[in-house]
Amino acid sequence: MGALGFILNAEEGERSWRLAEYVKRGGYSALKKIINEKTPADQIVGELKKSSLRGRGGAGFPTGLKWSFMPRQFPGAKYVVCNSDEGEPGTFKDRDILRWNPHMVIEGMIIAGYAMGCARGYNYIHGEIWEIYKRFEEALEEARAAKLLGDNILGSDFSFELQAHHGYGAYICGEETALLESIEGKKGQPRFKPPFPASFGLYGKPTTINNTETFASVPYIINEGGDKFLELGKPNNGGTKLFSVSGHVNRPGNFEVPMGTPFKDLLAMAGGMRGGRKLKAVIPGGSSAPVLPADVIMECTLDYDSIAKAGSMLGSGAVIVMDETTCMVKALERLSYFYFEESCGQCTPCREGTGWLYRVVHRIEHGEGRPEDLDLLNSVTDNIMGRTICALGDAASMPVKSFIKHFGAEFEYHIQNRKCLVPEDVQRAGSGFFKAA
Amino acid sequence: MLSQDALQKIDREIAKYPAEQKQSAVMGALAIAQMEQGWLSNETIEAVAGYLGMAPVAVYEVASFYNMYDLAPVGKYKITVCTNLPCALSGGVHAADYLKQKLGVGFNETTADGKFTLKEGECMGACGDAPVMLVNNVRMCSFMQPEQIDALLGECK
Repeated sequence: MGALGFILNAEEGERSWRLAEYVKRGGYSALKKIINEKTPADQIVGELKKSSLRGRGGAGFPTGLKWSFMPRQFPGAKYVVCNSDEGEPGTFKDRDILRWNPHMVIEGMIIAGYAMGCARGYNYIHGEIWEIYKRFEEALEEARAAKLLGDNILGSDFSFELQAHHGYGAYICGEETALLESIEGKKGQPRFKPPFPASFGLYGKPTTINNTETFASVPYIINEGGDKFLELGKPNNGGTKLFSVSGHVNRPGNFEVPMGTPFKDLLAMAGGMRGGRKLKAVIPGGSSAPVLPADVIMECTLDYDSIAKAGSMLGSGAVIVMDETTCMVKALERLSYFYFEESCGQCTPCREGTGWLYRVVHRIEHGEGRPEDLDLLNSVTDNIMGRTICALGDAASMPVKSFIKHFGAEFEYHIQNRKCLVPEDVQRAGSGFFKAA
Repeated sequence: MLSQDALQKIDREIAKYPAEQKQSAVMGALAIAQMEQGWLSNETIEAVAGYLGMAPVAVYEVASFYNMYDLAPVGKYKITVCTNLPCALSGGVHAADYLKQKLGVGFNETTADGKFTLKEGECMGACGDAPVMLVNNVRMCSFMQPEQIDALLGECK
């Protein structure tokens, strides 16, 4: 477990997720406050805007603005949906939030329901984390029993029902309209936008979808005010943020740090490089973010603006660390296989293109690369990007483009010499799997 | 076809959604059916379709789209190993190789005694715990070095 902020409260151990423990930490005071004070919805949205909270799922869209898009006077059902379907390689923060602090997400969602006039919500939970899904269902039961969910919450005239929807293994359902299709009981294939979910969402009704961490940030903003949240981070990048650090570090895990924290500080929190080896490259924002070489990332601070300036994306805050034992061709092959597997098949450029990307990287890795392959890869990415309904095509293309841009020489070596620049035994040692042997 | 217990569980799923949106329960219903039957045969898919008032092909579409549904029989223990980049950097591929060698099967194969099926999984959202494996879709196993893999296989009776 990493550094702790207000979202990760793991210091109280295994039971910290229970309602009673959450209330002891001040939980549900934000909900009580708005219900007692009958806070106008505009004021809540205003605080969110002030806080500069940006969507934590990867896109970084301002949350307050998103909430303000919901039609106020719409007659009939409106929905709040939480996207806990994290499955982008490198991202594993929502699992820890739901594991240690499910009620903070529930409270954030109830407040969202109140502010946007929604009577129903769903939390879509990643298929592979069954134990976390069961725990969330239990937390919902606790909240219902305490009259925090259901009809006439805390004796007011505000009613809100919340349910968990369990995914079953499809990365694409992290895309918000695919997620809605999935809740509707269909294949998770993204919809054309517009219309956006705020006008045509779940069951065709106005819907707001936010990430788990975004909802978890809401109670703090209501309790402490948007300004204070903003001060935790830096201008235009409010708050703390969870960073999931994986790969070649001594202590992989989640670390909740203020926006704008230098990358090298985060690396130190994760225990530094495994075996004291040299840093080679970092993917700073989940597998679809462009890779950055060591010298570039070491100068970055962790916020949307700094990482964007360096040519990548903060994304979901998933920091994949690679040391000098990494073969960049093999690394890209793993990523390309993922997108090939997870393309939903709806758009031809993505369905066919991700297969081309994987097969060409695969043949380079396996000593069958051709001199024209790097140009071919770039050409395939150019024909995918911007030509698909959702962002998966771009997500599959950006790693390819950036790996070739920064580590092209390693790819060329592979093609010419039909083997890795990094010797096999060095790569083997890097994974740490055989250390016991 | 489906037991009373399974149908009751499916009813709880149906109750989560608006009355006219029974189809929303299809993912939950298929998961419940698979847990009971071990895998999803055409007969099981038809039973779920009948119960939810859906066309069988619409249920089949869902069952074949999501990775965790099994449309063919699997062993008593289905072990899914993540081999994606973050896991691979910490031995995910090596862990899969180790399992292949121990069990004498490749991905998507079942041991002759019907006990184990090995699958290659995509990101499980637990990259900090690499290498990561999932047993029968419900039990996540973290930090799976050779010693831990041996212990897991020993536990699977």
